[in-house]
Amino acid sequence: MSEKKEYKVIGTRPIRHDGVDKVTGRAIYGADFQITGLLHGRVLRSPHAHARIVSIDTSRAEAHPGVKGVVTAQDLPTAEDKMADLGEGAVNLKYLCDNILASDKALYKGHAIAAVAATDPHIAEEACELIDVEYELLPPVLEVRAAMEPDAPIIHENIRTSSLGETGDKPSNVASHLQHKKGDIEKGFEEADVVIEREFVTGTVHQGYIEPHNATALYNPDGQLTVWCSTQGAFTVREQLAEILQYPISKIKVVPLEIGGGFGGKINVYIKPVAALLARKTGKPVKVLMNRADVFEGTGPTPASYITVKMGATKDGKITAAQTSMAFEAGAYPGSPVGAGAMCIFAPYNTENVLIDGYDVVVNKPKTAPYRAPGATNAAFGSETVIDELAEELNIDPLEMRLMNGAKEGDHRADGPVFPRIGFIETLEAAKEHPHYTSPNGKKYHGRGIASGFWFNIGLESSVTINVNPDGTVNLVEGSTDIGGTRASIAMQAAEVLGIPAESVNPTVVDTNSIGYTAVTGGSRTTYATGYAAYEAAQDVVKQMIGRAAKLWDVDEANVQFTDGEFSSINGKEEQISFRDLSARLGETGGPVVGRATMNPAGAGGAFATHVVDVAVDEETGKVEILRYTATQDAGKAIHPSYVEGQIQGGVVQGIGWALNEEYIYNDEGEMTNASFLDYRMPTCLDLPMIDAVIVEVPNPGHPYGVRGVGEVPIVPPPAAIANAIYDAVGIRMTELPMSPDRLLKAMGKI
Amino acid sequence: MARKSHVQTTINGEAVEFLCEPRQSLLEVLRDELYLTGAKEGCNNGNCGACSVIFDGRLVNSCLVLGVETDGKSVETIEGLADPDKLHPIQDAFLENAALQCGICTPGFIMSAKALLDQNPNPTEHEVRYWLAGNLCRCTGYDKIVRAVLDAAAAT
Amino acid sequence: MQAFEYIAAKTVSEAVALLDEKGDQARILAGGTDLIVQAREGKRTLDWMIDIKSIPEVNVLDYDAETGLTLGASVPCHQIYAVDAICEAYPGLVDATKIIGGTAIQGRAAVGGNLCNASPAADCIPPLIVLNATCVIAGPNGEREIPVEDFCTAPGQTVLGKSEILVSIKIPTPLQNSSSYYLRFIPRNEMDIAVVGAGAAVVLDEAKQRIVSARIALAAVAPTPLFAEEASELLAGKEISDATIDEAAQAAQAIARPISDMRGTAEQRTHLVGVLTRRALNGAIQRVRDAA
Repeated sequence: MSEKKEYKVIGTRPIRHDGVDKVTGRAIYGADFQITGLLHGRVLRSPHAHARIVSIDTSRAEAHPGVKGVVTAQDLPTAEDKMADLGEGAVNLKYLCDNILASDKALYKGHAIAAVAATDPHIAEEACELIDVEYELLPPVLEVRAAMEPDAPIIHENIRTSSLGETGDKPSNVASHLQHKKGDIEKGFEEADVVIEREFVTGTVHQGYIEPHNATALYNPDGQLTVWCSTQGAFTVREQLAEILQYPISKIKVVPLEIGGGFGGKINVYIKPVAALLARKTGKPVKVLMNRADVFEGTGPTPASYITVKMGATKDGKITAAQTSMAFEAGAYPGSPVGAGAMCIFAPYNTENVLIDGYDVVVNKPKTAPYRAPGATNAAFGSETVIDELAEELNIDPLEMRLMNGAKEGDHRADGPVFPRIGFIETLEAAKEHPHYTSPNGKKYHGRGIASGFWFNIGLESSVTINVNPDGTVNLVEGSTDIGGTRASIAMQAAEVLGIPAESVNPTVVDTNSIGYTAVTGGSRTTYATGYAAYEAAQDVVKQMIGRAAKLWDVDEANVQFTDGEFSSINGKEEQISFRDLSARLGETGGPVVGRATMNPAGAGGAFATHVVDVAVDEETGKVEILRYTATQDAGKAIHPSYVEGQIQGGVVQGIGWALNEEYIYNDEGEMTNASFLDYRMPTCLDLPMIDAVIVEVPNPGHPYGVRGVGEVPIVPPPAAIANAIYDAVGIRMTELPMSPDRLLKAMGKI
Repeated sequence: MARKSHVQTTINGEAVEFLCEPRQSLLEVLRDELYLTGAKEGCNNGNCGACSVIFDGRLVNSCLVLGVETDGKSVETIEGLADPDKLHPIQDAFLENAALQCGICTPGFIMSAKALLDQNPNPTEHEVRYWLAGNLCRCTGYDKIVRAVLDAAAAT
Repeated sequence: MQAFEYIAAKTVSEAVALLDEKGDQARILAGGTDLIVQAREGKRTLDWMIDIKSIPEVNVLDYDAETGLTLGASVPCHQIYAVDAICEAYPGLVDATKIIGGTAIQGRAAVGGNLCNASPAADCIPPLIVLNATCVIAGPNGEREIPVEDFCTAPGQTVLGKSEILVSIKIPTPLQNSSSYYLRFIPRNEMDIAVVGAGAAVVLDEAKQRIVSARIALAAVAPTPLFAEEASELLAGKEISDATIDEAAQAAQAIARPISDMRGTAEQRTHLVGVLTRRALNGAIQRVRDAA
């Protein structure tokens, strides 16, 4: 893959195929969906963080004019305490169901208790207030360290800590303990000249997609269930519905409408099964929408965490040992991304001796969900801050320190995998040469920080079919919902193979009845895996079209070649026909051509990023201003560079929000007190400079064009980079996220 | 339920009448009664800008206007911006600059940008950022959106 | 949202009569940027919204160098900062109108509404206090006027009686060598509620070296926006110096009784009162000095 390839479509910046629909307001998102006879659903949520549900009386709600049906957990099939395989990993079915509608206990404020379908959304809301729920209040546990205390209130009586193959003998909030080991950690610290150990705390943060969750469900009398919704993965929704409703997968059709952001938060289902229950109860289509408070309080944020990091290095900068203990809040049910965090934390560095312990801990907060490189940002905040401190202690430039220790092809991670060709060093070199890094930095209260990050990326299943049209265009059918321009990046890979312009491919995202299984748009997999499937489906088209040309010219298929959009005959006859002209002759040569491919590619290739940030600290108020930001990232091969830059810029800004202001703020009763866009404080455009996204291309050997997933890793470095910049500005090491003005004032001793 | 009011208004230059309850916001009326679903609900309390429309010449959050308040007034929405065969220059600039990812905030940003350029055809980057601060985007980091608005200003 | 009825009043007396008739669950609707949200989120119960935006007196925006400013209760922020003479005369008020919500909020939100909503963190109230603004209130027994600093009585509570409405706000013409300034601290650069807000108005001597008089007011540090009387008075007649400004800032801090909530901690707020009072005073002084 080392030679530089010339491409006609890949690397260009065409207008995205769904662009006009989206700038004219015509694109149909989940909440925009209309159907005749529609009822509106609303979910009643627990006002308490931890409470036993003594009784639920829905009679007053049912009697309210306009109400057509009310459901509670009683309407769900009895969930067994068994594991359900949902493609993204096994999940305990009881937990899955209880998170949809609480059966015996409410485990967080916002936990769904019951739902109403009515003729209008306001009536449904009124009816929710008429549902009488009797609660027996229990003490809430709101923080990971408190939850790990031996005398902490127990959230699930049936949880026993599963630790390295052993199971505990008494109830605990620690669901599991994992460990990765490499080398001899004690020996590593003995070899070190400098050892630094620090503690870090990160807050609960939300993906913050602008579109709230939504679902419209309809049961036909023949038992067919159709659900229209916004989701990162229609097939995952189908699987979850089948398990939760105990309903045959063959009778469920999920139609993915346009999706207004997800970042991992629209993989788990919440109101989709509720809409289905209400639809079954009422016999009518039912649309359920969340409001913004529901989204904050009732859907998965990404975990708060408590992390200790200890690293040692020799005088000349070689990192000899790296150790961490990471405790992540899973939320109300087990399943935090501590495993992913453990895979990423020390991955950028080739360190001989590594010990990683991870703990998955339940607390009375919403069940956590993936959020862009889940776990890796929490982890990097710790490790990248300690590396910065080591570099300072050793008087080595922090970027040089990373270059000295950076992982390369053949190095292996503490959790096992050996790196194929990766581009970490190249991102460091790009940052080092960037005019940002070489520009002066020395004004009072201004500071510069750098940090790097890793995300492993995933492959998983994708299916694509390509139908050739008589005018030489093709219709590309895919199952990957398009959150950020993947119709374009997938179509472009097919166009490159077929030798036609990107505009000659019409990509369509279809429902679960209309394409082969396709896993979620997540894990930075879509341009990689579904793009790979598009590449293979296009190759299938080429293969079939070669057959048609051979038939047309009465030659052997082996004597037909395809280059630059032209079929030509070799070895004898002088024949040539363009892709477009041959497309018009499919009928006479055997009928339509449909290319197809299904994939589950294994070579996702890891993604690395290095960020440089300049900040100004207002030493009187503790407020941090981002002055300049540069992000270098290995994209493998950027199919549509504008959307790669967009992924980098968007990830950086989410990371900036996480670093500076975003967090769930709780009172002692376990109520989130800032469940609105007003008080959750995501960055606005006035809080930011332009974000310089520098694409480095070290082709991924696991993809025909060298593509690596790009979506997730850009969120990983920002909190650490900003912490390092704040240190450079005011000499204070911030170890708690967010580094909000009050925390910084306190750390500076001003309050 | 309060009785419904009969409201006569002008939307995108055309006379429109509808019935609505006083508690229905302009956003609800546009989406649920008139099926103009270009304006989106992101927060329903004026903090995200996804529902931005122009009401009697002023940029507003349509979630914070009652449907009944539009009687005798005029409303411009994203659906009225393009000509049948030609996009508005701001729409073109958003496409050229790849200034959208998921697209849910895009109609709000475009209406907000239109209100800006209508009154300040040559804004600075800071003026664009100040004006658009009420519109949240979670995908793009705003870089390409700000560039698109500056490009649209330069193109008109 | 709870169900309610809507009516647009055409005159002040009609609005007063409607309030009287509909009882204590009737609310006045101006820009709606607070009221509609509160009704939707169940934070205020109401059964009537009485829209006053068709009443001529509440739409007045009239500035006269002799008589000062009359600001109708429903005039939205954007109309205020669009008038150059107002920006020149009352820059502290204009500072506040430009930072309330985003542009779209400013298209609807009224200074009068900000006052009647009576949030402790209301950005418009400190500048109104320091500008010696008064409230013109109409009720069944006619009109009365009270100073803005006496208008709010508790969070969300005002002196308005059951059938009274705020018609307008009057601000006297600024004196020679005077100016005003308002700023707040928020963690973002826009779209937040003040963690602390501070407004200042100063009158300087001819040489612009000495403070003739000053007024300081604070937001988000007590149940209502506060006039910092002692801090204001101690500046009268003083030479401008860092020490003088510091002294006023400390006096302002002394009256702050902040709480800790999701927007900030009590200690952070007390600290910020000092910082923001200094910045507000210096900002107002600089404006006087910058003026030709």
